Amino acid sequence: MKKEFEVISKIIENNKRVLDVGCGDGTLMEYLKEKQKNDVRGLEPQKNLVQKCIAKGLPVIEGDAEEELAQFPKKSFDYVVLSQTLQAFLNPEEVLEQLLRIGKQTIVTIPNFGYWKVRLHLLFKGTMPVTKNLPNEWYNTPNLHMCTIKDFVNFCTKKNIKIDKSMCVTEEKISEITNKNIGYKNIFSQLGIFLIE
Amino acid sequence: MNSELKNIKKLIVNQSLELDCGKIIKDFPLAYETYGTLNKNKDNAILAFHALTGDQFCTNINPITKREGWWTFAVGPGKAIDTNKYFVICANVLGGCMGSYGPKEINPETNKFFGTTFPVITIRDMVRAQKYLLDYLGIKKLLSLAGGSMGGMQVLQFAALYPDLSHSTIPIACSASHSAQNIALNELGRQAIMADPNWKKENSSPDKGLAVARMAAHITYLSKKGLQEKFGRKLQDKGSLKFSFEADFQIESYLRYQGATFVDRFDANSYLYITRAMDYFDLEKQFKGNLSLAFKDNKSKFCIISFSSDWLYPTIENKEIVIALNACGANVRFVEINSDKGHDSFLLDVPDFLKTISEFINSTYNEIKK
Repeated sequence: MKKEFEVISKIIENNKRVLDVGCGDGTLMEYLKEKQKNDVRGLEPQKNLVQKCIAKGLPVIEGDAEEELAQFPKKSFDYVVLSQTLQAFLNPEEVLEQLLRIGKQTIVTIPNFGYWKVRLHLLFKGTMPVTKNLPNEWYNTPNLHMCTIKDFVNFCTKKNIKIDKSMCVTEEKISEITNKNIGYKNIFSQLGIFLIE
Repeated sequence: MNSELKNIKKLIVNQSLELDCGKIIKDFPLAYETYGTLNKNKDNAILAFHALTGDQFCTNINPITKREGWWTFAVGPGKAIDTNKYFVICANVLGGCMGSYGPKEINPETNKFFGTTFPVITIRDMVRAQKYLLDYLGIKKLLSLAGGSMGGMQVLQFAALYPDLSHSTIPIACSASHSAQNIALNELGRQAIMADPNWKKENSSPDKGLAVARMAAHITYLSKKGLQEKFGRKLQDKGSLKFSFEADFQIESYLRYQGATFVDRFDANSYLYITRAMDYFDLEKQFKGNLSLAFKDNKSKFCIISFSSDWLYPTIENKEIVIALNACGANVRFVEINSDKGHDSFLLDVPDFLKTISEFINSTYNEIKK
């Protein structure tokens, strides 16, 4: 399992209700269900991935988060997980509001656009960055609203969203983001993981 | 045909059932068929519900009509619903014409055919009657409930009436409340039957009216793209237009054939009663306008399936069921299968669909066996 899912599954206690938004082929859901006895639900826009999840016995509905989240009642999940998709929504602000409404706590992970390789790419090559984590060209990327770890933290402050935990993944290593090290982490981390409410 | 009808499996339900219309029926027949073997634990049973013109013979050759069963693509040894593993039960609905209590049967009180003196029945009546069959077979909990179209409505109604009786629930290409468009289309069919001078005449049947009803309905089961690809403007005889009202186009000839063969196997009054039952179906209203309440505390695993080209029971109507299930925290999965085959997709060889139900049922069975 990838580092990101390791961090997420550690945050989530056993026997909790979890909604995985953009659950893909259900890898995280399956782990949470089998190993942690979590009561999981998933939402995924791609039919073939939904079918994979159904084959695994996972309760996943086909649909786009920007349209489907409204149907879930307020605080109906202990945790809502959004893994590396916030930047791909037309309106990430509204999606985030929905996630916070549905979940008692929300786990959001973002690919960090402040990562040094991204910065250097733009600085020296002068073209839109293409990296391992951001493999698409500007004209075919699904990412509409890229942000950095700092951007996300600032956004939470502005919106009065409480950050309960902030972690980052740097070259396969997991560490915590603090007020002191955020500038450094914003350069050297590929991924930010936030537990918010 | 009648002599063969006598040989089909029938349960005479000797309990009384109060129909939604108020009439109480007793000692009524319920014709059914089973496929595969019920295991020792009786935990491998799947109840399949048929649609408007189906019957209990969901697979193999129907002994009465000599045609393949309506769900031949899905049910059978090694198929999506594998009868080597599972025990499939299917009953002819109340109001049907394949041996169950319906307008084609003789009214014991008058010794005449019921015809239009048959009581109006509902989807709820159909489902409650089938519960007696499960009791008779000694099945306490089903592995799955499955059905498309009106079969899907029965699935939903069953889940609402008996929340603890199935591990999984598969409503396919259906709706929780029959839409105005669907009521309108059913009314069109009924009016065609009732306009036939042979309707309600003794010793005759309104074949022309029933055939027209079937032709109209058949169009609604297909998609525009499917029709265009299969028939286009192809002519029946290669030559040119005949400048008459004979069937010039292949689509006309196809529809006429569908109508003509349908009257041999279906009773016009059954068509009236069953379409009425579909029109009356409104699960939301049964639960005071809150569909979620129909599934409250239902621990079953739901798998809702719709088809992209189905305009009779479009994805949006199927999704209303999903929304209601999510609103009450049910264990729900949903997928819209891509297919050009319209509403009929659930009856046809649509690999993604068959794979989905197969994998879903297998995963459910594996989980209860853990």
